[in-house]
Amino acid sequence: MQNKLQVDKAVRTVLLISASLSIVIVISIFIFIFRSSLPAFKEFGVQGLLGELTWRPANGSFGILAMIVGSVMVTLMALVIGVPLAIATAIFLAEIAPRGVQAVVRPAVQLLAGIPSVVYGLFGMVVLVPLIRRIPVAGNSGYGLLSAAIVLAVMILPTITSISEDAIRAVPRAYTEASLALGATHLQTIFQVLLPAGKSGIVAALILGIGRALGETMAMIMVIGNSVILPAPLDDNPLTVFLSQARTLTGNIAVEINYASGLHASALFATGVVLFMLIMIVNVSAHAFLNRSNASAN
Amino acid sequence: MKPADLRASSASANLRKRQTTQKLSFGLLWLASLIVVLVLVVVVGYVFITGFKSLSWDFLTTAPKGGLSGEGGISTTIITTIYLVALILVIAAPLGIGAAIFMIEYQEQTKAGGKFLQALLQAANFGVETLAGIPSIIFGLFGYALFVSTLKFGFSLLSAALAGACLVLPTIIRTTQEALLTVPVSLREGSLALGATRWQTISKVVLPAAIPGIITGIMLSVGRIISETAVFYVTLGGSYRLPNSLLSGGRTLSLHLFYLAMDTNAFEKAMGTGAVLIVSIIIINLVIDLISRKLSAGVRQQQ
Repeated sequence: MQNKLQVDKAVRTVLLISASLSIVIVISIFIFIFRSSLPAFKEFGVQGLLGELTWRPANGSFGILAMIVGSVMVTLMALVIGVPLAIATAIFLAEIAPRGVQAVVRPAVQLLAGIPSVVYGLFGMVVLVPLIRRIPVAGNSGYGLLSAAIVLAVMILPTITSISEDAIRAVPRAYTEASLALGATHLQTIFQVLLPAGKSGIVAALILGIGRALGETMAMIMVIGNSVILPAPLDDNPLTVFLSQARTLTGNIAVEINYASGLHASALFATGVVLFMLIMIVNVSAHAFLNRSNASAN
Repeated sequence: MKPADLRASSASANLRKRQTTQKLSFGLLWLASLIVVLVLVVVVGYVFITGFKSLSWDFLTTAPKGGLSGEGGISTTIITTIYLVALILVIAAPLGIGAAIFMIEYQEQTKAGGKFLQALLQAANFGVETLAGIPSIIFGLFGYALFVSTLKFGFSLLSAALAGACLVLPTIIRTTQEALLTVPVSLREGSLALGATRWQTISKVVLPAAIPGIITGIMLSVGRIISETAVFYVTLGGSYRLPNSLLSGGRTLSLHLFYLAMDTNAFEKAMGTGAVLIVSIIIINLVIDLISRKLSAGVRQQQ
């Protein structure tokens, strides 16, 4: 008996150590990336890194503003394209779709989430880029914000759809019944009762989608062109800004880290710090909304 | 017409208008979902149709030979992927399952166990939540800084496996937690009442009941590792030769696809590799589906 209790204690200690591992990893990631970015921050200052447009490692210019703009622009464009589809699909799955149709659409969304990002990137390179290259604008290579945003829209769609669907389903049945009993149509019930009631969860879904978009790396490298320029219209038509090439924060790290050294490597870690901070802000706000939606559901 | 009839007819006109709006809007919702399914069909269909041209037994079983035209097959990249999946699971599965057991099964003890333990439990929860949201390139950057450079493992299977383990750890912890939570409290109480210790109860009663859920988590992680590219792009090196030790580099299937697409003109071979990737993901999804269906059937039987 004494023996068994000792085993019990030993096991508990081992489990406790594994449980603390996740926080240890988070702290180590934080420390390693910040520490490695320090030389760059010391040399150029926050302003010199985040406020400068020129990134030319060979000449010692390490401004990442163009990449911040690139990441934000492609994310916003992907949201514009993807969110209406994602939310519409979520409403459809939660409220309208017959069982048989659900059994097709839901696994389809699930599979969209599982397809590797390099496959999306490849599809973008082989199918989307040549299509977009046909738009007759001088300097349009097909690679750029528009191709990247379409690819990204598809990639964030499953995240937004499944979390929004959960949010809509979590609205108590009594709300729907009360609304229908008052004479509202099903559509009115969806838009005036269910969506407002599930708002926190849907907002959380959008924010998590933003996080996913900001973090996507390989597919972006493959279709966005990777030129370090501030996206600008290619000709007089301001809409051609969407055909401009760009580079994302993630792409900047992945493309150059393997051969970088010294200040160059440190500047890439600084890029990682910016990305890390953006993602932390995004995730913390998403969890705030999720907690609020859980609280209102109970 | 009498005023009452007028009111009735305007009311029914209003209803008709609302019903028409509803029909139109529902039509749009159907259309949106149709587009989503079509996107999947087009992407998967295109990859399959163009990829199957280059797919053959030879393609799967010969080694890639490199070069601008991307000569050869994908055999070594399949084996490297399997090595990496196995290594990552060996590292992450015990740690993740252990962490989840502590966070669920020892909750009460921890709550009674003083401020330090409570803080630790909270920190662990925060850690899992944060890890789950960190983009993979950050894990890559971390792996590069710690394992490749500082610990001098170089671009190698070991560096990639350690970084990959950090990536899938939150998935394993979360799914195991959910699996443990579905085991009825009465099972634990029964076992404890019979005089079993906490660990005997967990290892002989709770874990066997939670196994299907835990396997689901592991399968999800396998899928994640197979599709992951960014982490391995900056930790695994990218040599298309078969790694001969933990400290030699290599190339997974998805990494191979990336190199084919970016550095060669072998788009058909890249598509073939993509088809292999999609097929493996479909198989993994089917297995997960099967387990969850069995699980829910089991629950129904118990009720």
